[in-house]
Amino acid sequence: MTQTTTKSAYMTGLRDGLPFLLVIAPFSLLFGVVATEAGLNILQSLMFSVVVIAGASQFTALQLMVDQTPTFIVLATALAVNLRMAMYSASLTPWLGAAPVWQRALISYFLVDATYACAITRFEKEPQWTVNQRFFYFLGAVTPVCPVWYVLTVVGALIGTAMPTWLALDFAVPICFLAMIAPMLRTIPHLAAALVSVTLSLVLAFVPFSLGLLIAALAAMMTGAQAELWMKQRATA
Amino acid sequence: MITTATIWTVIVILGVGTFLIRFSFLGLIGGRDLPEWVLRHLRYTAVAVLPGLVAPLVIWPQATGGQPDLARAIAAVATVAVGWWTRSVLGAMIAGAAVLYGVMALGAFA
Repeated sequence: MTQTTTKSAYMTGLRDGLPFLLVIAPFSLLFGVVATEAGLNILQSLMFSVVVIAGASQFTALQLMVDQTPTFIVLATALAVNLRMAMYSASLTPWLGAAPVWQRALISYFLVDATYACAITRFEKEPQWTVNQRFFYFLGAVTPVCPVWYVLTVVGALIGTAMPTWLALDFAVPICFLAMIAPMLRTIPHLAAALVSVTLSLVLAFVPFSLGLLIAALAAMMTGAQAELWMKQRATA
Repeated sequence: MITTATIWTVIVILGVGTFLIRFSFLGLIGGRDLPEWVLRHLRYTAVAVLPGLVAPLVIWPQATGGQPDLARAIAAVATVAVGWWTRSVLGAMIAGAAVLYGVMALGAFA
């Protein structure tokens, strides 16, 4: 492993992660604002973002605490929101499982929707990469995403105003992730899995504790795997 | 009013729990080989989770109070279409943003 290849992997990660600034910035600002309004001081708001580092579950936990929900329910609900990350962890295991345990722990801490989407896309595109290159790529993708999450939480808590709504930055989330997903839809099994995911997540939107998404995702993974088997059988038949 | 004890309890336990969820497979399985049927399912993780994650945000945007919004719907379709045809993530993002602001501007003047 030479210095230049790990460095270029890091730079590739940095570039891939950069567009997600637009996703992270408005949400971290907003979290700072909402946390302050809920009565958290600046240190508490910052530590929330540093220790938990998972946007959707932070908003969920905060809202439930404001509503005086019992702490046990707050924790169970917010953790359920993060269960999809176990799927990300499993999905990255074939690519990064051979890394030293401290590297795997570091990756796990920084495993958010944006860094996962970048990593899985790039790893499939560059299957010849070594585990070390993948690790440095991941750190590159983390760089424009996670520190911004911490810093802008504090900025939001200090200035108390979020991004103006006419900017429509709420929609940076769907646009960034749809842009990552669309090029992945390269085979019929991938398309079938995505269709099942969308349909079931909408149909199961009423299921509490964000479990609808988990059910939709499991069904979609089974759809993709089954479709792949069928296509292989048809090809050999 | 949320008590200080509650805030710190939630931060610490939610943080540790979330880390354990993220570390689960990477930590426990590590470099061991997974059976082919497991790998076959894992190949579809991204297309199984991410579309379901964003679909409700497209259909019921929070910014409009959950009311379906034409500009956002068209922008989502444009993003997917450009990403699918060109295979360019950045191109799809730019197209989606351009369509979103374009349709919103048309709506503001109409």
